Amino acid sequence: MSTLLEVSGVSVTFDGFRAINNLSFQIGEAELRAVIGPNGAGKTAFMDIVTGKTRPDEGRVIWGEKSVSLLRMSEAKIAQAGVGRKFQKPTVFEDQSVRENLLMALKNKRGWLAVLFYRPTNSDLDKVKELAEEIGLKDELDRKSGELSHGQKQWLEIGMLLAQEPRLLLVDEPAAGMTPQEREHTTDLLVQAAKTRAVVVVEHDMEFVRRLNCKVTVLHEGSVLAEGSLDHVTSNQDVIDVYLGR
Amino acid sequence: MERSFVAKNPSVLVFLAILSLFTLGVTVLSEGFGIGVISTSFVKTLGKTLCLCLIAVAMDLVWGFTGILSLGHFAFFGLGGYMIGMWLMYERTRLIVVESLSQAEIPPTPSEVVDAIGTQIFGVVGSSDFPLIWAFSHSLTLQLILVVLVPGLLALIFGWLAFRSRVTGVYLSILTQAMTLALALYLFQNDSGLRGNNGLSGLQNLPGVTASQDVVSIWFLWASALALGLGYMLAAWVVSGKFGSVIRGIRDNEARVRFLGYSVEVYKLAVFTLTACIAAIAGALYYPQAGIINPEEMAPIASIYLAVWVAIGGRGRLYGAVIGAAFVSLLSTWFTGGQAPDIPLGFYTIKWVDWWQVLLGVSFVLVTLFAPKGIGGLFDLWTNRRAPQRHGAPLGPDDSALREKEATE
Repeated sequence: MSTLLEVSGVSVTFDGFRAINNLSFQIGEAELRAVIGPNGAGKTAFMDIVTGKTRPDEGRVIWGEKSVSLLRMSEAKIAQAGVGRKFQKPTVFEDQSVRENLLMALKNKRGWLAVLFYRPTNSDLDKVKELAEEIGLKDELDRKSGELSHGQKQWLEIGMLLAQEPRLLLVDEPAAGMTPQEREHTTDLLVQAAKTRAVVVVEHDMEFVRRLNCKVTVLHEGSVLAEGSLDHVTSNQDVIDVYLGR
Repeated sequence: MERSFVAKNPSVLVFLAILSLFTLGVTVLSEGFGIGVISTSFVKTLGKTLCLCLIAVAMDLVWGFTGILSLGHFAFFGLGGYMIGMWLMYERTRLIVVESLSQAEIPPTPSEVVDAIGTQIFGVVGSSDFPLIWAFSHSLTLQLILVVLVPGLLALIFGWLAFRSRVTGVYLSILTQAMTLALALYLFQNDSGLRGNNGLSGLQNLPGVTASQDVVSIWFLWASALALGLGYMLAAWVVSGKFGSVIRGIRDNEARVRFLGYSVEVYKLAVFTLTACIAAIAGALYYPQAGIINPEEMAPIASIYLAVWVAIGGRGRLYGAVIGAAFVSLLSTWFTGGQAPDIPLGFYTIKWVDWWQVLLGVSFVLVTLFAPKGIGGLFDLWTNRRAPQRHGAPLGPDDSALREKEATE
């Protein structure tokens, strides 16, 4: 399996605080990976670097089979290259309908002129319907997304991510604030998505990570502490000391 | 989704109908073409108001929809006015000069004519040479192109610098304000080439047109109404599709739009430049009706008024901006024109000429606090539409079916 994203030797400092310290990370074309770690371990900073929000002080971030560096690209360009990100807090455009949200996310030309003259084709609308069905919002397409419940907003955001057809999905605490049934549904969606693309899930909840049943990377103080199956890392003494032991 | 643009936006049709009726009504009542109930000066006021409505539409597009609080759009408006004013002034002076020189025994050479025009126009600032920026003033076509080109380029360069550095929010507002102030201060100088604080005058006289102002004022009313109608349709079309979704997304959460793969800066720049061009066209129609333009028009306060109109009318809906601009600017004409009756309190008499701005300021604060949707929000009450309850529990499926119809604007 070829490598899709390779982060190597990355460090970043915020006001003298080393948020990421010589971090290296790899993920393949179709792989599900959970990233865990205590607060301040650098999970969100790691995502910020990959998506272009934060520029690291040193290190390399290499993407795809052409091995392009993501460090010189803008957030929008990185997103166009195929990196999708879901935030911890559901961020959908509350003022707009579910359909408008999904159409905006749907993979299409992103240039302003193309968007200005864009009118949804039937296949686009069908794709939106399919996605809405997948995320359980089929009957809510015309509602303002601000009216949705918290869990529905989370799904809408996941739906928007899938609509982007990214090759790498970065998901920050997807299960936060969800009911047990909603969690189960989310797990299924993520496992399903990881069959065709790389998915990185940042999560606090061990139970949720266990259900994902995938390789786990443990972050601590900005670098990788352990990597392997969940059972492997939870039996690691370092991990127990810094994270699980407390 | 397959329905036509008009069917999806019935408010555009209603707006165009009202605008046509208004224009027709004023024409019938005017001195130039009708029964003479409305004075020519009031026709001009109404025509100018239509231009102000057009720049308000532009402001709504850039502020209400994209979330960029620009306090500099009157600079583009003024620049548009200057560009058309240059041709009006040049051509009229040329006609006068040619007329007076034709009495001379020896026919004047072309360079003598140009010198004489220069003396006439720039004598007031102690000069007689044409500055470089007047190079195209002899040609109406070129100046008309410049009406859009000069403010458009300024907006493009300014916007590129500002948006590229990710200046947002109140800092951007201050920056736009600084831009308009700098431009006004520059134009106040006598050697700016645009007659300093005298500005350009006599713009109401169209060169080569013998029709009276009664008639000309109606022409401009029609032109302004046409421009407003077209501008409104353009704006409605721009915000109706995915582009509208993206710019509203930028207003609500810029970072999220970026992570969807849209380069926010380019979109902002496109909207900023487009609205600058609309503002410039509005200005080019406004100043021939006003008759005079000077740098005072570009003072930051004008752009702040523009924001106040749009806020009072209702941001984020195009007809709100039009209503706000028309309502507040006409009311302001009424109050400051001395037509509003004074209120004697015994110990003090409220003279509206002095107190109007206080009233405007207070109503701005009240609208912001208690009716953030502005006057346009009243239409929601009328059509029985309510704001969605954002943070409450989801409504049942039956309720949502009802909303689906209501939410279609």
